[in-house]
Amino acid sequence: MSTPFYVSPQQAMADRAEYARKGIARGRSVVVLQYADGIVFVAENPSRALHKVSEIYDRIAFAAVGKYNEFENLRIGGVRYADLRGFTYDREDVTARGLANVYAQTLGTIFSSVGEKPYEVELIVAEVGSAPEDDQIYRLPHDGSIVDEHGAVAVGGNSDQIGSYLDQRHRDGMTLAEALALAVESLGRDTNGSDRQLTAEQLEVAVLDRTRPQQRKFKRILGRQLARLMETESASTAKTDEPSDEEE
Amino acid sequence: MEANTRSTTGRLPAAFLTPGSSSFLDFLGDHAPELLPGNRTLPPLKGAVELPHGTTIVAATFDGGVVLAGDRRATMGNVIAQRDIEKVFPADEYSAVGIAGTAGLAVEMVKLFQLELEHYEKIEGAVLSLEGKANRLSTMIRGNLGMALQGLAVVPLFAGYDTERDRGRIFSYDVTGGRSEETGFAATGSGSVYARGSLKKLYRRDLAEREMVTAVVQALYDAADDDSATGGPDVARRIFPIVTVITEDGFRRLADAEVSEIARSVLDERMERPDGPQAQVL
Repeated sequence: MSTPFYVSPQQAMADRAEYARKGIARGRSVVVLQYADGIVFVAENPSRALHKVSEIYDRIAFAAVGKYNEFENLRIGGVRYADLRGFTYDREDVTARGLANVYAQTLGTIFSSVGEKPYEVELIVAEVGSAPEDDQIYRLPHDGSIVDEHGAVAVGGNSDQIGSYLDQRHRDGMTLAEALALAVESLGRDTNGSDRQLTAEQLEVAVLDRTRPQQRKFKRILGRQLARLMETESASTAKTDEPSDEEE
Repeated sequence: MEANTRSTTGRLPAAFLTPGSSSFLDFLGDHAPELLPGNRTLPPLKGAVELPHGTTIVAATFDGGVVLAGDRRATMGNVIAQRDIEKVFPADEYSAVGIAGTAGLAVEMVKLFQLELEHYEKIEGAVLSLEGKANRLSTMIRGNLGMALQGLAVVPLFAGYDTERDRGRIFSYDVTGGRSEETGFAATGSGSVYARGSLKKLYRRDLAEREMVTAVVQALYDAADDDSATGGPDVARRIFPIVTVITEDGFRRLADAEVSEIARSVLDERMERPDGPQAQVL
């Protein structure tokens, strides 16, 4: 029988955090941006069936990176939480803040419980308001903390670099096409500084659109609609920004 | 907060994170069974209880969709409990449900049914087939059987646009949850006998949307004419039937102005001929 090594609590937590971070860093990123009429979610995701962005409730959506089975579980838990709450009280009483709190508690408990493996996920919970000032975006890292975000946020593999790229270029009141173009540009930035050109087939795009007449504001942008949206923007930037460039 | 914070730490309870069912009803059954209407037991009743009852709902298919409409009256015995009750609701984007029977229970059932469809859609990322939706409603009505036998029945009419088959379809139910698909038109509630008789003479497969809406308003007028529990168009208070249309483009509730225009033209005709349009004898 060997004597177990002493591991300091600091070291144990640091190891767990390191483990979770590495897991998250392996995946592709998701970016979330505010635009004039709502919030747009853009993920690099070649799969049409396994979503990284999904609807939770009327005005609330969810985006995640990391291990699929873990964030899928949290997504389903969130949908159940929201639907039960809306059924018990009223649809208006389901808020992103409440949901983010429950997620933070869940992730935090799992992270600090010795018996469980920490979740290798990072989540975003966003709620679209009736005006841009009322929009809420919460980022939930693997350890159960909550970060209240504004403007634009990135999570996943290359999030630091993408995040700073977004912060420099994002501004309030962008149109959907502009925000989408910026998101796609930022996702194409690789760690080594080179650029990749992402096509519509590689992207998963969804919006929370406050102008939608339906109660449920979440909508996926798919296929032709996405291609058209990306085309209009690249055409207009080619015209305005680079008038001499005929290659585009 | 009871159902949401049943765990001590504030994290999501295990039931929320258990993979498995895409049904909200199943989840409620596991996690908060007391919220399911079917799990309630009634104290023994002596004699009839008088509760608000919703009355007549009619539906009719036309080329390209289906119309579902209901009158606005709720009665409690011989008293009019409410003049402007709404008894036709969207179930989701391509279906709607109209309810007759005990109003309180019916409204709760619709709320749960809407949630059941939405929940499935969100969890699965796909929409249930129209048959699947009709079957879920069947299960819910069956859950209410105990109460139905004590006089608190809920009998809905379900209509939707089948995106697979590209046509409108109607399903009717009995209190035991038995479901049958209706061809052409159907009605439920106390005035349904008269409404069905009226539609029988007016219904034609080739009627366009607007004409079918008129036919349905005529049927509701005939139901109100002979059944005291069904309300006719109330011109003085501007209360008109609720008319909804479901087509390829989804669910649409006709604006009050639109229904009022049709109801007024029906009324004008009835000034001349109180029994409504006449059919050929042969």
